[in-house]
Amino acid sequence: MAEEKSGAAILVESLVKQGVEYVFGYPGGAVLPIYDELFSDKRIRHILVRHEAGAAHAAEGYARSTGKPGVVLVTSGPGATNAVTGIADAFLDSIPLVVITGQVATNLIGSDAFQEADTVGITRHCTKHNYLVRDPADLAATIDEAFQIATTGRPGPVVIDIPKNVQVATASWQDGEIQRKIRYSPQTAGSVEDIAEAVELIANARQPIFYTGGGIINSGPLATELLRHFQSLTGAPVTSTLMGLGAFPHDHADWLGMLGMHGTYEANLAMNQCDVMVCIGARFDDRVTGRLDAFSPGSTKIHIDIDRSSINKVVPVDLGIVGDCATVLEQLIAVWGKRKAADLSEWKARIEGWRARQSLAYPAESKSGDIMPQYAIERLFALTREHDPVITTEVGQHQMWAAQYFGFDKPNKWLTSGGLGTMGYGLPAAIGAQLGNPDTLVIDIAGEASIQMNIQELGTASQFRLPVKVFILNNEYMGMVRQWQELTYESRYSNSYSDSLPDFVRLAEAYGWKGIRIEDQSQLDDGIREMIAYDGPVIVDCRVAKEANCFPMIPSGAAHTEMLLYGDEVAGTMEDEAKALV
Amino acid sequence: MKIQHSASERHVLTIIVDNEAGILAKIAGLFTARGYNIDSLTVADITENHAVSRITIVTNGPPAVIDQIHAQLERLVPVHKVIDLSEEGPHIERELALIKVAGKGDNRVEALRLADVFRAKVVDTTTQSFIFELTGTPDKIDSFVTLMRELGLVEVGRTGVVGMMRGPNGS
Repeated sequence: MAEEKSGAAILVESLVKQGVEYVFGYPGGAVLPIYDELFSDKRIRHILVRHEAGAAHAAEGYARSTGKPGVVLVTSGPGATNAVTGIADAFLDSIPLVVITGQVATNLIGSDAFQEADTVGITRHCTKHNYLVRDPADLAATIDEAFQIATTGRPGPVVIDIPKNVQVATASWQDGEIQRKIRYSPQTAGSVEDIAEAVELIANARQPIFYTGGGIINSGPLATELLRHFQSLTGAPVTSTLMGLGAFPHDHADWLGMLGMHGTYEANLAMNQCDVMVCIGARFDDRVTGRLDAFSPGSTKIHIDIDRSSINKVVPVDLGIVGDCATVLEQLIAVWGKRKAADLSEWKARIEGWRARQSLAYPAESKSGDIMPQYAIERLFALTREHDPVITTEVGQHQMWAAQYFGFDKPNKWLTSGGLGTMGYGLPAAIGAQLGNPDTLVIDIAGEASIQMNIQELGTASQFRLPVKVFILNNEYMGMVRQWQELTYESRYSNSYSDSLPDFVRLAEAYGWKGIRIEDQSQLDDGIREMIAYDGPVIVDCRVAKEANCFPMIPSGAAHTEMLLYGDEVAGTMEDEAKALV
Repeated sequence: MKIQHSASERHVLTIIVDNEAGILAKIAGLFTARGYNIDSLTVADITENHAVSRITIVTNGPPAVIDQIHAQLERLVPVHKVIDLSEEGPHIERELALIKVAGKGDNRVEALRLADVFRAKVVDTTTQSFIFELTGTPDKIDSFVTLMRELGLVEVGRTGVVGMMRGPNGS
């Protein structure tokens, strides 16, 4: 039965229909009609953030940890522009978001009205798709399509800009199936010939490697299972990008660790020396490939990706298969059938040789006697692993240490800003993850600089009684910036010292959190245990060695074979060509 | 350090899109955002209900970039189909130009004579000027404009290329 409803009411009904539990948002003039609808609605819980960037990152954390789309609601103008960083972050990391932005009334668009911004224009190149809805009659179908676009194919953010008069005006609303034209239907299965060719290549490889990425996580838990199964059939060693951690168990004998700029020696050397590379749901990011002309020169490359534009974008491959990771892995397993794995013992012996370099080794003691940050992460992992935690991070050295020294063996447990590298991601992402996983231990591994970028979200966790933990590796530097300045600019520490830091313990207490300070290695385990045991949000200010750097490292513009390990000479300068690379 | 540029080839792309608000900005913006080139761009709706538009873009770039342009365009939700005419095979390219030439005496006679050779139509005339309408390949229009330069060329307007595959089949 059709009934007349306001645009705002249609929006709320449509979100309920999509199964939305939480909306992360912040009210304002241009979304007041929607907020009024939410006021009495018990079906959707609105999570009031403290800044719109926090809303977008919280929605990302929710999405990444649950596999469901995250929903954001912000007002026009500054509300929308503040959310843009989170939208761009979700775009680069392929996180499904539906972002509802208020807009000035249609008759005011273009008049530089109060809090007017061209949201559709601004978000055009950082969304998978965006809409300006000019008629409430189009809302239901638009929202339905937005969720389909955000969650299928390569996931990503979709913005729906809704002018205020469209929220107030009415249209007919009908329960039941939405009638709309299906115009988005990504290819999910590889062609039979390509699958056969891939299996042939993998079966004949003597030095194969699986190079996996965030696409496996995005594809869903089935892809993780199938990856593990296909690996057991082929025996191929596995490495992963930052975004793909958790798809393959960290304690598996064939696990090489993360690859790329701060990846392990064995992962990068195996990438360089392999004869067949199977890239599954990764995209040859510059942080992964190092110098392109020296990237895995002798290998036959197979690239499985749901986004056809990822194939041959950076590295030309021999066989590109457009499809969903799980579907293609299933196809590969079916065609593999009862084949026996090739004898890879020689290859694995070489890998063991590289592994013996112990590229993740670091000095047991720092010059100052402070805790080594790597050790802090190792202890954090050891003491929390039985809780099967969700880990989020900010961006910088602590992020890389978390990736290197925290072990992951399940998908959706590792939430980090990989593509955009957004400082300030971790705390709101942890809030979103905690809402999606209420009984799980959620820890934001942070740096003292990054955490200040969205520190206001401490209030959100307090308000919604979310027991998130923030574990700050405090070295009083923007450590990754300082590390690059050591490497590239002869240690001229231009603006990388974290001056005038707050007292994080008292800051925590001011927000109703618990604050713990760890200054000495002897306090480390007890401090972590106290953090875990506390039933509520906790900030741990863990003071660590200021001079510690993140190794191994492929310097900017270098090849996989030119890795620096801990203790290698690092101070110096670089050629302009290398300086120009990001 | 110097910025390097690599050799490029010319391609004509036909893009079939939903005729929705902002689609042209989306496509033109994609070229800007990813650093691709646009030599010419034409757009008009091609269905009775104005629901679908056909965009023709002439672009240039190294083969890998052309492949990326193709893939990136296909990734846009309102894009139904991208046809790289230069890749697909024999095709027709046509462009329309309006060319205003002013002059008297021999130049005026010569301009009219050359227009005849090029099968350009006179669509406006005064005692001291002509506007020629010329349809043809971009090359043909280039040659005509070059000739007119010596004979009193005043201004040129060009539509950019539209293209279509030869033969009985639709693209």
